[in-house]
Amino acid sequence: MAKNTVSKAYDRVKLARQNGRPTGVDYIENIITDFIELHGDRNYADDEAIVGGIGYLDGKPVTVVAIEKGRNSKERVAHNFGAPHPEGYRKALRLMKQAEKFRRPVICLVDTSGAYCGIGAEERGQGQAIAQCIVEMMALKTPSVSILIGEGGSGGALALAVADRVWMLENAVYSAISPEGCASILWKDSSKAEEAAESLKLTASDALALGVIEEIIPEQELGKESFYEKLRVKLSREFRELTSMDVDQLVQHRFERFRNLGVPDMGGKK
Amino acid sequence: MPFIEFLFKPKNELEKGGRQSVQIASADENEPSKPCPNCRKMVPLSQLWANHNTCECGYHFRMNARQRINFICDTDTFSEWDAGVVSRDILDFPGYITKLENTRNACGESEAVICGRAKIEGEDCCIFVMEPYFMMGSMGTVVGEKITRTFERAMELGLPVVGYTVSGGARMQEGILSLMQMAKTSGAVKRHSDAGLFYLTVITDPTTGGVTASFAMEGDVILAEPGALIGFAGPRVIEQTTRKKLPAGFQKAEFVMEHGFVDAIVPRSTQKATIAQLLRMHTGGERVG
Repeated sequence: MAKNTVSKAYDRVKLARQNGRPTGVDYIENIITDFIELHGDRNYADDEAIVGGIGYLDGKPVTVVAIEKGRNSKERVAHNFGAPHPEGYRKALRLMKQAEKFRRPVICLVDTSGAYCGIGAEERGQGQAIAQCIVEMMALKTPSVSILIGEGGSGGALALAVADRVWMLENAVYSAISPEGCASILWKDSSKAEEAAESLKLTASDALALGVIEEIIPEQELGKESFYEKLRVKLSREFRELTSMDVDQLVQHRFERFRNLGVPDMGGKK
Repeated sequence: MPFIEFLFKPKNELEKGGRQSVQIASADENEPSKPCPNCRKMVPLSQLWANHNTCECGYHFRMNARQRINFICDTDTFSEWDAGVVSRDILDFPGYITKLENTRNACGESEAVICGRAKIEGEDCCIFVMEPYFMMGSMGTVVGEKITRTFERAMELGLPVVGYTVSGGARMQEGILSLMQMAKTSGAVKRHSDAGLFYLTVITDPTTGGVTASFAMEGDVILAEPGALIGFAGPRVIEQTTRKKLPAGFQKAEFVMEHGFVDAIVPRSTQKATIAQLLRMHTGGERVG
């Protein structure tokens, strides 16, 4: 591989993290009408790192769950820089189960460097909260589309990305570990993040090639009215198709979609 | 062998005086022994083995997957599935092939999990046991696939699953596909569960990252070994990120149980009997004896 490709993956990491990039709330404001935000996990607290609620997509009610990084420094602090606590995932799950009950489609907007790493998060079961989201999304009896709009950081991102369709923005990234973390663990040198980014195959085109996502959303018009318009039409069309399917079949397809990811050659002994 | 109850609160390795193996010792001159990181006494190896790799003070030493299978399954009842399957370097990740080869040679196992069918005190079950000495039990596509198949076979056979977890999380050398194994295994657990079958997890030291955030925390009953580190993020990362001193015993099994995420802490001395009893209670068996 040529040297210029080495910088490419990391360039996308930088773009995915860039301030000024549309956040979850921007998508909700531009695609969804009459959005009503619903707060709290009914157990412990309301985690503002996740914004969830109900609104209309082309006149039809949908549930939207978005990991929100915040658009300015004040908002970023309020939203904990898009790093959810367990109660955030439990709120997300509550809203998705509510969508299932009322047969509303679910849209997840994923943008996080990872689930919050802290004492309280561990005490309240970060691992268990993510595991429960994954299990329940897998079996959710209503259609779902997850869009990775920026950073897709590890389990904290996957928790909201076990959907019928997973899309990624052209410059979004999706990875099991940050390139910095990978470089410091493997090579004891976080400055090798560029190299790690390349090796991790974390870009949208990598994810598409590996079958992890269905589509890449182009970014030429990112943030413009036409961008949101196209995405709205695309989502509407997708949900028309998904809602026409028998719900058990839908769940079966979703299960198989993830079942078939990364199946190694199990041929036998070597 | 007498087993002294596990009475102390184990220290986190970052606490002062936690996990340093300082050799203080007056061991039997003639017998090879090993220092206990908890009570700091030298434990003669014969005593260690007789007590399933535990010290008299209650400290549980790490155990490899084969040892665990021998210890927990009835003699000659374990039949292994998908033995010898090896990982490929799907992403062309620098150094991964060499790392795999070296690990296979050093550890003697082909991958970080051993799966199969066995009997535990006569109770038929499927079992998977993760291997701490194979890249710290990290989950790549082979681990994910083998565990998924264990649940699928258990469904076909109508059997419960007993799973021993130990893992540093997703295997970064397999990138995003290792992350996807969390979803794949969770899907298999869910189907097995929906079929009304029993899944028991035993969390051992250390279980973190993607394994905690998937099948380790999805058991109908979740047991843990005394002193096991259980968490999503590791303690070092948390300390570096938050710059706060971690509370005493943070992320240890006892702490995790106190916070409601583990059903019971079961030392090795009573583990086999407890697992067998739970299996019996879930498969319609009457009380024995």
